[in-house]
Amino acid sequence: MKAPSIIHVERWTPASVAATTGALALIVILAFGPMLFGINGIEKLTTLFIYVILAVMWNALAGYGGLISVGQQAFFGLGAYAVLRLANFGINPFLSLFIGAILVAIVSLPISSFMLRLKAGEFAIGMWVLAELAHLLVNLDGLINGETGTSFIELNRYAAPIRHALIYWSALAAMVGLLGIVFMLLRSRIGVSIQAIRDNEDAAESIGVKVFATKRIIFILAAGGAAMAGALWVASAITFQPKTYFSVEWTAYMIFMVLVGGIGTFEGAITGAVIFFLIEMWFGAAGVWYLIGLGGTALIFALFLPRGVWGTVEDRLHVRLLPVGYRLRLDHETDAPQRDGPAA
Amino acid sequence: MTDWINSIVQGVLLGGYYALIACGLAFMFQVMRIINLAHGSLAVLAGFAIWSIAGHFGISPFLALLVVLPGMAAVGWLLQRGVLERSARAGLLVPLLATFGLAIVIDNVLFEGYGADTRSLAPFIDTLAYDSWAIGNIYIGQLSVLIFAVAVAMLGSLSLFLSKTHLGRAIRATAEDPDTVGLIGINARKVNVFATMIAMLTVAIAGMFLGMRATFMPYSGGAQLVFAFEATVIGGSGSLWGTLIGGIILGVAQTVGAQINPQGFLIAGHLVFLIVLVARVSMPFPSWPMLFSWLRRQPS
Amino acid sequence: MSDILAVEQLDVRHGLLQAVRGVSFSVTKGEIVAFVGANGAGKTTLFRTIAGAHRPTGGRILFEGSDVTALPDYRRVQQGIALVPEGRRLFMQMSVRENLQLAGEVGRPGRWDVKAVLEVFPNLAARINAKAGNLSGGEQQATAIGRALMTNPEVLLLDEISLGLSPAAVGRVYESLKALMETGTTILLVEQDLNRALSVAHRVICMLEGNIAAEGPVEEMTRERIMDAYFGLHRAAGAGA
Repeated sequence: MKAPSIIHVERWTPASVAATTGALALIVILAFGPMLFGINGIEKLTTLFIYVILAVMWNALAGYGGLISVGQQAFFGLGAYAVLRLANFGINPFLSLFIGAILVAIVSLPISSFMLRLKAGEFAIGMWVLAELAHLLVNLDGLINGETGTSFIELNRYAAPIRHALIYWSALAAMVGLLGIVFMLLRSRIGVSIQAIRDNEDAAESIGVKVFATKRIIFILAAGGAAMAGALWVASAITFQPKTYFSVEWTAYMIFMVLVGGIGTFEGAITGAVIFFLIEMWFGAAGVWYLIGLGGTALIFALFLPRGVWGTVEDRLHVRLLPVGYRLRLDHETDAPQRDGPAA
Repeated sequence: MTDWINSIVQGVLLGGYYALIACGLAFMFQVMRIINLAHGSLAVLAGFAIWSIAGHFGISPFLALLVVLPGMAAVGWLLQRGVLERSARAGLLVPLLATFGLAIVIDNVLFEGYGADTRSLAPFIDTLAYDSWAIGNIYIGQLSVLIFAVAVAMLGSLSLFLSKTHLGRAIRATAEDPDTVGLIGINARKVNVFATMIAMLTVAIAGMFLGMRATFMPYSGGAQLVFAFEATVIGGSGSLWGTLIGGIILGVAQTVGAQINPQGFLIAGHLVFLIVLVARVSMPFPSWPMLFSWLRRQPS
Repeated sequence: MSDILAVEQLDVRHGLLQAVRGVSFSVTKGEIVAFVGANGAGKTTLFRTIAGAHRPTGGRILFEGSDVTALPDYRRVQQGIALVPEGRRLFMQMSVRENLQLAGEVGRPGRWDVKAVLEVFPNLAARINAKAGNLSGGEQQATAIGRALMTNPEVLLLDEISLGLSPAAVGRVYESLKALMETGTTILLVEQDLNRALSVAHRVICMLEGNIAAEGPVEEMTRERIMDAYFGLHRAAGAGA
C-alpha cells in the first residue's frame, strides 16, 4: 500500500452540504407555515417542534454528556411555571416564554454543582427526586391552586389565529435556535471534548479536557431547553396542572425518542421525535396500550438496537449528514477508502 | 409535645418499611452495580398478585405470599437473564434505560388489568392493620412493629447469608471481581441470577407489607422506587444495614415534616435526601455527616 | 507418558492485535515448563486462553486428551486447570480464609485444603483472617497461589508470580513452591526472572511476538540461546562466543 501523498482534513462532504442546504430550505418553508397550513396543521407542527426540542435536549444530556436523567420533567414543569409567574407579573406572554426558559437555565446552574458530582444511577434518580420536589414546591404557590392548576389566561388577549401563529413561530424559533446552539457546540472545541469524555472520561481528564465544566454546559443547556419546551407547551395547551407537567411520563417520551431515534447522534434525536410524533398521532388514542407499546419498544431498543434507527442506518451506510465531525481524505495513486474521524 | 414524640416513633417504624423496600435495591446495586428502575413497579406487581390470590381463594395475604414468593423468584430469573445480563454488557447506561422501559410496561399492564382503583390488603388482616399498643399517650402500631421486625430479620439474614454461606461468598466475590471468579470455578452468570432472585424475594415481601400498611394502585411503583432509593442513598449506598438507618432518617424526616405542614411529608423527605447527597459530595473535610456515614459503612 | 495438556495451532486476538500466532506445544504430566519472553510476547494471553478466560480465534486446547476449547473458565477449573493470574486478582474485601474457602468449594477431590495450603505457606497462618487487601505483596502472592491450589488442579498455571515482589519475597515464594514442585503437579509458569525460571523448570519455551521462538529441555537452553530468541536475533551459523 503506497503512502498517501496528501491528506485532506474535511468538515463538509457532498452529502452534508446537500443535507444542510435542504434543512435550511425546510426551515424557510416552515417559517411561512401559518400562511400554508390551517390551524390544525399549525398546532400539530408546534407539537412536533416541542418534541424535537425535548429529544435533542435529552440526547445532548445522555448522548453527549453521558448523563441519564429520569428527571428532566423538573425543568419542563418549571419552565411552564416560570412563564405563568412572569405573565402574571405583567410581562408580555411571548417574551415570558423565552425569559422563563433562561431563568430556569440560570437556576439549573447551582443545581448542577452538586447533581453532577453524583454517579450515574444516583444522578438518574436524584434528578427524579428533584422533579418531585419541584412539583411539591410549585404546588405551594397560591397562583397555582395546588393540583387543580391554573391557566395561561394572559394569552386570551390574542385572537385565536394570531395566537396560534405566534406560538408556532416561537416554537420554530426556539427549535431552530436550540438546534443551532447544539450544532455550533458540536463543531466547537467543546464538541471534541464531548467526544473524548464519551469515549473515556478518565483519559480525557488526564489530557486536560475540562470534564466537569463541559458536563455543566450540557446540563444547563438541557435544562434551559426542557424549560423552553415546557413554556411552549403551556402556551399551546393553555392549562397548567402540576401533575401533568411534572410527570415522569415526559421522561418516558424523551427516552423513547432518543433511544429509538439514535442516542448520541444529532440526526437521531430528530428522527426519534418525528417517529414519536407519528406514533402518538396514530396510536395515542389507544390509551394504556399506547404506553405499554412505548415502554416495550424502549426496552427492546435498549436491549437489541441500542444505536437506534438512525444509528443503525449510519453504521450500515456510513452516512453522516450533518458536518459535525472531521473526515480524512487520503490522496493515493490508487483508490483509498475514506475514514471518518470523530463525529456526533 | 406528645404529638412530636408520636411523630418520631411513627417515623422510626416507617423506617422499617423503607428498609424492607430498599434492601432489594441496595442488594442489587451492591452486587451488580445496577440500579433497577423497575424495582418499585415489581413490588406493586407482587402486591397485586397477593391481593388477587388472597381475594380469590379467601386466604390470608401471608399464605398468598407463599405462592407469590416462587413466582417472584421466577420473575427475578427472567429479569436477570432477559434484561439485566444483556443490558449490562452494553454499558452502564443501558440497564437504566431498559429497566425504565420495563417499569412503564409493568405499570401500564397492571393498569390495564386492574384499573385505576386503589387497593389494599388491610381488609384481609382484620385488626392487625390498625391495632396498636399504648404507652401513655404514645401509640405504637402492631403492624408497624411487625414490619420493622421483619426488616431487621431480613437484613440480618441477608448479612449472615453473605458472610457465612458459599453462595453468599460467591456473590460477594462476583460483585468485587466478576472476571476472576471464573478462575476459581464459580459461574458468575449463575451467581448474578441467584442474586436477582433473592432481591425479588425481598421485593415480594415488601410489596405485601406495602399493601397492608397503605393502599396501592398500578402507578404506585414510582413513588416506592424513589423512597427505596432515598433510603439507600441516605444510608450510604454501600451497605445493607445502611438502608435501615437511611430508612429511619427518611421516615422521621417525613413524619416530622407532616407535623409542620400536610405537604411537608414528602417535601421534608426529599429535602433531607438532597441535603445528605449534597453533604456527601461536597464535604472535603471529616465532618459529622461524613463521620456518620463512615461509621455506618459495613465491611462487606 | 501421556500429554496432560496439548495446545494446537492456537490463535488469539486482543482486539485488533494478534497476540498469539499458531502456537503449538504439549506438556507431560508432572512436567514444569517455563515460558519466557519480553513483555507483549503473548505469554499472559496464552495462559488466560488455556485457563478459559479468553477465547481463541483458532486452534485447540486438549486437556487429558479431550478438547476443552469450548469450555468456559469455571468448567475448566472443574476439570483441573487452575490459573494464578497476573496481578494476583485476589478478592481484596474478603479475608485470606474466605479467598481460600471459596476456591475450595469447587468440589474437586484432592489433598489440598486450608491446612495443607498453610503448610506450604506458613507465613499465612498468622494472617488467615486478615482482609486480602491488607496483606503484603508476598503474602498476597502466597494467598493467590494457595487459592488456585484449593481447587485441586491437575495443571497449575502461574503467571508472573514474582511481579511486584521484593527479591526476598520472591525467594520465599519459590522456596515454598519447591515442595509443591516435587509432588509431581504439572506446572506452567510465566517468569520474567530468567534465573528463577531456569532453576525450577524441566523445559523452557521462549516466546516472541506471539510465536514460539525457541524451546527445549532446560539443559539445552543456554543463556545465549534464550537471549537470542528473547530479542529475536539470528546469529549466522558458526559465529558466536
